Amino acid sequence: MTVDTVGRFERALEGLDVELERVSAADATERIETIVEEPAVGAPLPFEGVSLPDDVTTGPTTAELEAARTGVTPVGFAIAEYGTVAIESTADGAEPISLYPDRHVAVVAESDVVPDLSAGFTRLADGFDAGRESVVFATGRSATADMGDLVHGVHGPGTVRVIVLEDR
Amino acid sequence: MAQRTRSQQADRIRHLLETEGDAIHAQTSASNARRGDVYDVTDDLEALRTDARAIKEDAIDDLPELIETVREAVEANGGTVYVADDAADANAYVADVVEQNGSTDAADEPSVVKSKSMTTEEIDLNDALEADGIDVTETDLGEWVLQVADDTPSHIVGPAMHLSRAEIADLFNERFDPDEPFETAEELTRFARDHLGEIITDADVGITGANFVVADSGTITLVTNEGNARKCAVTPDTHVAIAGVEKLIPTLSDLEPFVDLIAKSATGQPISQYVTMLTPPTDSPTLEFDSPDEPITAGGGGGAAGPIGDPDREFHLVLLDNGRMDMREDDQLRETLYCIRCGACSNSCANFQSVGGHGFGGETYSGGIATGWEAGVHGQDSAAEFNDLCTGCTNCVDACPVKIDIPWINTVVRDRVNRSDEPEAYDFLVDGLTPDAESGGLDPGKRFFGNIGTVAKAASATAPVSNWLADAGPVRAALERTLGIDRRRDLPTFRRESLVDWFEKRGGFAASSRRAAQADSRDDGADVDREVVCYPDVYTNYVDTERGKAAVRALEALGVPVRVPDLPESGRAALSQGMIATADRQASRVYAALAEDLDAGRDVVVIEPSDLAAMHREYERLLPESSYERLREGSYEICEYVYGLLENGADPSALSTGDGAEPVAYHSHCQQRTLDLEAQTVAVLERCGYAPVTSDAECCGMAGSFGYKREYYELSMDVGERLAGQLEGADTVVASGTSCGDQLETLLERDVPHPIELLAPGRYRA
Repeated sequence: MTVDTVGRFERALEGLDVELERVSAADATERIETIVEEPAVGAPLPFEGVSLPDDVTTGPTTAELEAARTGVTPVGFAIAEYGTVAIESTADGAEPISLYPDRHVAVVAESDVVPDLSAGFTRLADGFDAGRESVVFATGRSATADMGDLVHGVHGPGTVRVIVLEDR
Repeated sequence: MAQRTRSQQADRIRHLLETEGDAIHAQTSASNARRGDVYDVTDDLEALRTDARAIKEDAIDDLPELIETVREAVEANGGTVYVADDAADANAYVADVVEQNGSTDAADEPSVVKSKSMTTEEIDLNDALEADGIDVTETDLGEWVLQVADDTPSHIVGPAMHLSRAEIADLFNERFDPDEPFETAEELTRFARDHLGEIITDADVGITGANFVVADSGTITLVTNEGNARKCAVTPDTHVAIAGVEKLIPTLSDLEPFVDLIAKSATGQPISQYVTMLTPPTDSPTLEFDSPDEPITAGGGGGAAGPIGDPDREFHLVLLDNGRMDMREDDQLRETLYCIRCGACSNSCANFQSVGGHGFGGETYSGGIATGWEAGVHGQDSAAEFNDLCTGCTNCVDACPVKIDIPWINTVVRDRVNRSDEPEAYDFLVDGLTPDAESGGLDPGKRFFGNIGTVAKAASATAPVSNWLADAGPVRAALERTLGIDRRRDLPTFRRESLVDWFEKRGGFAASSRRAAQADSRDDGADVDREVVCYPDVYTNYVDTERGKAAVRALEALGVPVRVPDLPESGRAALSQGMIATADRQASRVYAALAEDLDAGRDVVVIEPSDLAAMHREYERLLPESSYERLREGSYEICEYVYGLLENGADPSALSTGDGAEPVAYHSHCQQRTLDLEAQTVAVLERCGYAPVTSDAECCGMAGSFGYKREYYELSMDVGERLAGQLEGADTVVASGTSCGDQLETLLERDVPHPIELLAPGRYRA
């Protein structure tokens, strides 16, 4: 690939005040551990050799979900053009885990970062064909201007961090 | 009576200007500026808009089939589709669903959390549910503020933007009595999040709208920045999505241009924070907040999820007709159904920026497109209340992501409203003066302005007596009473000698040819070999004849002979009053009068941009296609034409040139700008040695007859002051439109000529 898609993704996220980190699979668990604020909940990461830190609770109770400060989830793919991550509604709770806590840590494989919205729609269509028909394109942090000024973190997370697994 | 309504309307607008104007202007103009910026940097914007419109055209065409397609898809997923005929039908269905899913404890009221939806505003769902003992909470912060304040939305996208932070803080301090009074937006938001968070986790049913519904998969698309729609849709076990039938699009790939466009057009963001594509019931586990120690994934959805999602989930899609299927059959209102509710038409509208949706709205919808929606879903009377606030400037057409001709919808509804009125007591006053094609009962003020050409001709023939008379106190009082012309407004001064008479007196075409030939022989520039028919619009012919004379002299100096025949009115004035039959007849007359010139290869040059806009845009609906094309291709705005001559080698030194740095503040007419003709005037001024700076205010606010009308005078001045503020520092101010010139002369208290007056030989005395 001649264009640096992850670089473009990173620049788009910078504009949204979202930090991106590139890590290898071997280092991922440790990096995630330093980023999460506890208590943390998460959906299992489907990347070979990458697991959630021990302190991140999977299959949380509703009380744990409500109390959590951080939610860690994998994302199906990301769209570099807009700094968007695609969160799939899976049975292990990725949707509520990415939504309820104030901090969302999104983990994506480098090979799943696509350049633009059109490429994103191609991936979306592939997912639909495979039965993954509920997806959220999340771009940056939850925001509102309804109270007179721009404020982040309303019903959704107020901070978002993105981890790109470089060797995937 | 008519005049009491007019006076009440004036009071209402004044009140809105004072109470909501500042907050509305700050928000809408900021969104509009961001939209302009993001449109500018979107490479494929035109392709996206064209695609989006084509998808909507086809989808509305195929709507009955799409309803059946989505029904099959949603039912295959285990959900239910209900097509509701009207508001009562939809509300009864939703109330039924809520009651069946409420708490089993009879003492508990069933509770609903809602994500903002204008469609549920349209049917007054909250009132209906509350009447059934159901507790409803809005979760969109703006919508919740309105619920707490018992107020109505003023904008499709920012429903509470008419309230300032301080007003919201006062409201919340009074209602919720916090330990420490709320002050900042941060504090208000944090409180709202916590308060609403608890309500959401306890709710029995979540209700959302739908920005788009993909028919073949049954996918609901929700576009939000806050994330409340996500929480409402996935937190309670039962989700009801309510959408107008027009929200259906065929397939997932059809969604792409809309996802790309909607945030850009709405708020100027590249994309919204959350675009949720939900194909319910989803695999996401249900959240039982009253069983806090149960793992969320331990239910039926955990681990071995079946193909149809979490079995605890229930989903209902309510598709609302409420007049939409009739709109689909209506050739003029059908376009309204392409609307994606982004609010760009509101944000780009100068009048809306001043008064907001409470002035520019019917029962539910506000802004430019509201006329179509209200006429379709609530009936013509609702649309009639505010329809005249559209001045036809067409800024909204360029802003609209699906290219809806909103001013035309407003014109059509105005025409229909005109026809539904009872005959007026004042008909006799204007009957003699108005040879129009309209039936009786038309508002006399509208009829007067719609026939302004006839009025001007009579006034010119009797000038200066007519001018003295028109300025006399009793006459102004009568004009205000019968025609609604505000007495604070200066009336145009009619010239005894019309432009056409002046031109004939100085020798007509023969003399013009001689002058052009002399100019040609003097310079060794390009031999342009063109002939021009200069269109004498009403104003140029009878009032501002100087700009007509300047146009003739400038063209001759560049070697182009000119004709100024007595031509029929363009129909622009009639269109502004919604008198389509009259405009249609006038368009035919104009074409008939110009056909020979067009056949002879002569160029038609138009000075007044609104008349050119009628020929280039509205005539498409009034003339046979080939006539329309022929006239459009053969007609030019005066400075555009001069630009063309200079580009083809004509020598600018034949004109009155500046010293290369002479500053000129230039306001292009709004319709001229939307025809993309501002740049040519700027280029001509630059080529002729001036240093033009342009205004970017939406509009002058005068807009033809609009600013003369008593009920709109103050609004017109409010809009005009924003423009005047941009121009007041300049030594020389020029404007292309007659209305713009009049308005600026009033506000700046100085002469504001047309640019061609600055450029014509024997330069304008500033």
